[in-house]
Amino acid sequence: MIELDEVAHNYGGAELFSGVSLRLVPGAFFFLTGPSGAGKTTLLKLCYGELLPSAGQVRLFGEPLRRMSRDAIALARRRIGVVHQDCQFLDHLSLAENVALPLSVAGLTPKAVDADLDELLSWVGLAAQADALPPSLSGGERQRAALARAVIMAPDVLIADEPTGNLDWEMSLRLLSLLVELNRLGKTVLIATHDLALIRAAKAQVSARVLRIAGRRLQAAGAEL
Amino acid sequence: MSAPAADRVVPPTGFTARLTGFSAAAMAFLAVFALALALASGRLADRWQASLAQSATIRISAPPGQQEAQTAAVLEVLRTTPGVAAVRSLTDDDTRALLAPWFGPDLPLETLPLPRIVEVVEDAGGFDAEGLRLRLAAEAPAAFLDTHTRWRRPLVAAADRLRLLALLAVGLIGTATAAMITLAAQAALAANAQVIRVLRLVGARDAWIARAFVRRFTRRAFLGAAVGTAAGMAAVAALPEADAAGAFLTGLGFQGAHWLMPLAVPPLAAVVAWAATRAAAFRELRRLT
Repeated sequence: MIELDEVAHNYGGAELFSGVSLRLVPGAFFFLTGPSGAGKTTLLKLCYGELLPSAGQVRLFGEPLRRMSRDAIALARRRIGVVHQDCQFLDHLSLAENVALPLSVAGLTPKAVDADLDELLSWVGLAAQADALPPSLSGGERQRAALARAVIMAPDVLIADEPTGNLDWEMSLRLLSLLVELNRLGKTVLIATHDLALIRAAKAQVSARVLRIAGRRLQAAGAEL
Repeated sequence: MSAPAADRVVPPTGFTARLTGFSAAAMAFLAVFALALALASGRLADRWQASLAQSATIRISAPPGQQEAQTAAVLEVLRTTPGVAAVRSLTDDDTRALLAPWFGPDLPLETLPLPRIVEVVEDAGGFDAEGLRLRLAAEAPAAFLDTHTRWRRPLVAAADRLRLLALLAVGLIGTATAAMITLAAQAALAANAQVIRVLRLVGARDAWIARAFVRRFTRRAFLGAAVGTAAGMAAVAALPEADAAGAFLTGLGFQGAHWLMPLAVPPLAAVVAWAATRAAAFRELRRLT
């Protein structure tokens, strides 16, 4: 599905991490944790093809990333839902239009992917805000809208970067339950977070592997998680 | 609720969009005038060519005693020359009328050694000028055939050159429009780098992203050019009507079906904008990778 094989990444000549291998197999639930600046976001970007590795091999659905054209990467991204910490919306479009944006770029209608936009917005509790512009939404509403946008194409993999970074605990648990629900539907989930309480709450609901990136290496987290 | 159309994903306002509309309008306005100039020059060249090509003049400068005999000989030669449709020997009144603008109406022609002028009108096939010259030299040595070629050629060449320059101006206007729209499109793409990032994040291909910008700029250019063309046509229509005293300058407007030609300016501006924006978009998208 998504594979990283002995991957390294440098920023301006300085090595951020190296020797990173990871297989995001179907139906798996991963947490990625580690200190700020350790390379969590960079690792996620490698997983959805926004960055190329300095060394090693990244494969998206069996295709080596280095050999993929920009169009091929775009097509692969339609199978990967991404939730950014800052959500990345187009502020001049309504919330519903932002959520439906992946359909637009793929030239599809909600019906074509068996998605009901109203139902999806209700699932994330935003049916009443469908016509609102993103800047008028709260942090929690924006994160849930980003999740709705990430899943509208029924992707195989869901990647979230600090999805609860701006949320209170109650809202974090609500978002987590949505991610767990998706995993139970067979989606692969990879969440980067430094929120250890969230990880513990997730492990109570789902069998999750916790990875820690620190000291330029990716390893399994300690027993405390 | 539905998904947004491609052209809605680009933020609707912006300096570059207004610049594109204004540039297209100004260039279309200029293009209409350049087109009018090209067509007027063409008409002028054709008119000069047509009016001079089928006529010639024979000037008879003989001593007073031989003028009539030489004129009669010339008329006889012309009568038997193939390709001559009509012949007219100018009378004293005709000559007086020709010279009146310079010397006044009371010119005493009898006292002046003026040549006799014979006007020759060719038929569609024309006559053999060299052959006629040789026959005139033998039959009426004082006669000189002037086919107007000497001064017709530079006039027609000047009009043709003017038409060429006007067409060149139309081409330059098109090129300048393309350059301005390219710059505006590049600026818009650079200003919307974050929009492009979001679109790529959700799986947009370069062609789809480019299309979103191309549609916006093409529509702006078309609407701007339509306004500029309408203004240009109104300005050309407001020019004074043609008259005999200043036929070229006052005849600068469009005539008949030529009024339809400026209507091609907005679609052409749209095509130029489409091509320029598309090229700029793909170049910028490669750069933003």
